[in-house]
Amino acid sequence: MSARDEILTAVREAVRDAPRGQPPGPQPTVPPTDRSAMLERFAALAADYRATVIRCKASEVSVHVLKALRDARRVILPAGLPEVVVEAVSGRLGKDAVAADAAGHAELEGFDAVVTTCAAGIAATGTVVLDHGEGQGRRALTLLPDLHVCIVRSGQVVPDVPDAVRRLDPQRPQTWISGPSATSDIELSRVEGVHGPRTLVVLLVGDR
Amino acid sequence: MSADAPTFLGMPPFPEAAHEALGNEQLRHNLRRATGTIRDKRAQVIGELDDWEGLRTRAALIKDTALHDLDRHLVELEEQLVARGVTVHWARTAEEACMIVGDIAQSHDVDEVVKVKSMATQEIELNEALQARGIAAWETDLAELIVQLGHDLPSHILVPAIHRNRTEIRDIFRAEMGQVGRAAPEDLTDDPAQLAEASRLHLREKFLRARMAVSGANFAVAETGTLVVVESEGNGRMCLTLPEVLVSVVGIEKVVPTWDDLDVFLQLLPRSSTGERMNPYTSTWSGVTEGDGPQECHVVLLDNGRTRALADEVGRQALRCIRCSACLNICPVYERTGGHAYGSVYPGPIGAILNPLLKGVGHDEQVDSLPFASSLCGACYEVCPVKIDIPTVLVDLRAQVVDAHREDRRPHAEAAAMRAGAWAMGSSRRMALGQRASGLAGAVLGRVSRRANASGRQVLGWLPSPGSAWTRTRDLPVPPTESFRRWWKRTR
Repeated sequence: MSARDEILTAVREAVRDAPRGQPPGPQPTVPPTDRSAMLERFAALAADYRATVIRCKASEVSVHVLKALRDARRVILPAGLPEVVVEAVSGRLGKDAVAADAAGHAELEGFDAVVTTCAAGIAATGTVVLDHGEGQGRRALTLLPDLHVCIVRSGQVVPDVPDAVRRLDPQRPQTWISGPSATSDIELSRVEGVHGPRTLVVLLVGDR
Repeated sequence: MSADAPTFLGMPPFPEAAHEALGNEQLRHNLRRATGTIRDKRAQVIGELDDWEGLRTRAALIKDTALHDLDRHLVELEEQLVARGVTVHWARTAEEACMIVGDIAQSHDVDEVVKVKSMATQEIELNEALQARGIAAWETDLAELIVQLGHDLPSHILVPAIHRNRTEIRDIFRAEMGQVGRAAPEDLTDDPAQLAEASRLHLREKFLRARMAVSGANFAVAETGTLVVVESEGNGRMCLTLPEVLVSVVGIEKVVPTWDDLDVFLQLLPRSSTGERMNPYTSTWSGVTEGDGPQECHVVLLDNGRTRALADEVGRQALRCIRCSACLNICPVYERTGGHAYGSVYPGPIGAILNPLLKGVGHDEQVDSLPFASSLCGACYEVCPVKIDIPTVLVDLRAQVVDAHREDRRPHAEAAAMRAGAWAMGSSRRMALGQRASGLAGAVLGRVSRRANASGRQVLGWLPSPGSAWTRTRDLPVPPTESFRRWWKRTR
């Protein structure tokens, strides 16, 4: 018998007489009663895990992206990013300093920062979720540069984890990000900054 | 480099190993500090949720019903993975799983792989198996790196180097990093931020050049063929994204039926493990994504004792485990002995049930000793996010161990004493004789005893062998000079 058949047979044998329960339905989600409090909570909890959080109006996005980029010299701007942002960044740094992608890992390592949009924000945990669609690029783009500026539209923020799970498409690769890279491996105390981007800036846009 | 890495093979039974660990004051200090920190953080973030108990109940129910239909879910998972370009392998044993991973590595002609922290690959001792075939396996999780560079064994599920403090870690980095790649900075101090930076620099070159990665998975979603890796540092993202080939070794119990089921686990796991509302990074992927990440993906579905555990009526609930470590951090026994004493990659309360369930009882003294490594205080059950009733499983396994040894030629002292007791109490006459003998002994021993216990009763602090096995760690109360039955007769 193949390993597959043997394992499946053993599984069936093992639970043959076990009592069967009913799986619980999906966890009910409640729409937020206070939208501005939810956005406040998202901003506060993202900041609690050491992301830099900036709230601004839609018209101010480019200004704040430029501020957040500080002294970054080469920046990845994935395809699908708002045109105003691309223009502002390439206007300041020059067309050669920005790229929508890089050919290989080594070339990508030469970029200091990346600016993206996101697929969702979660208020209860201060998390941003990328599904690597329009404006976010393939996964490596948000991994190797040391600074990640993430634009979150206020309408993308949901109250809690179940709301996000319902809204996201499992067929797309996803990266859930809560603050910059961190570790608790030394005496179980949290230290920020290991392998992923060491600086995360969350730009929460709208409702201002 | 891992040629001299130790393994858990041949570890002594728990009481012996624990005895040695208890003599290590540094270890006890490190553990008390670390587990204390994490317990406080956990309590705080759990307090933020309205219905923690409700979440636990849901999670347990999801896992139980998933396990009940595991064959169906596994077949569905396989179909979904294959449809998304993944090659699926099945492994009955650790050896089969290691062989599969080694063959994939060899077919790509690689001599090194980068690894995401994974309990399943620890369990099957994949690193050693790859090493034997000339393939270096680099651990990239900070704690795993500390263990690997220190030629050490893991002592905790989540933080395998929990037994090391910052100064020890600095010393290991200084001495070992240069042997296997980029050396630690000359002026490295024991500041955790500097230590993390040293690991960033050391591993970066390995991430960038590695052509193959090995991961586990925290969850595997049957309906969508999605694997989920929950991590903190970004080393997981590096391994899951940069190499060309990705092999994920997944225990068959990791399956959850639907994508929506993840909502409850992504709330429970980070809060229970690191005491965070959410861990810094969670990656999910459903097979191969064109132009993004590894273009060749393999999944190895691993049994290695899981179907044995599944057949255990009381013990099968252990397969709900999501490897959060909350039971280790709360356990008074673990806090004092540390993880090595359990002789397995799964230490602590969950290890005390999981190892016997995966391996079976009655064959190995070390495994048989584990269900007894507990005071049955029940704290582990209370913190478990998937409500595994560890104390009940422990008691059931104790009975299984005793049953397995009934036919032993040399019975345990405890079994012999119980048998003598049963004989003596089996008839009224033998009982009366026994009580008279005990009363006489009491009269004599009461005179030799020099100490009284807290309630004023005379106790013996020392007995000759074999009674010394008892009195080495406890006092023996002196038997009363008069039995109840004699007292009744005299005073009636």
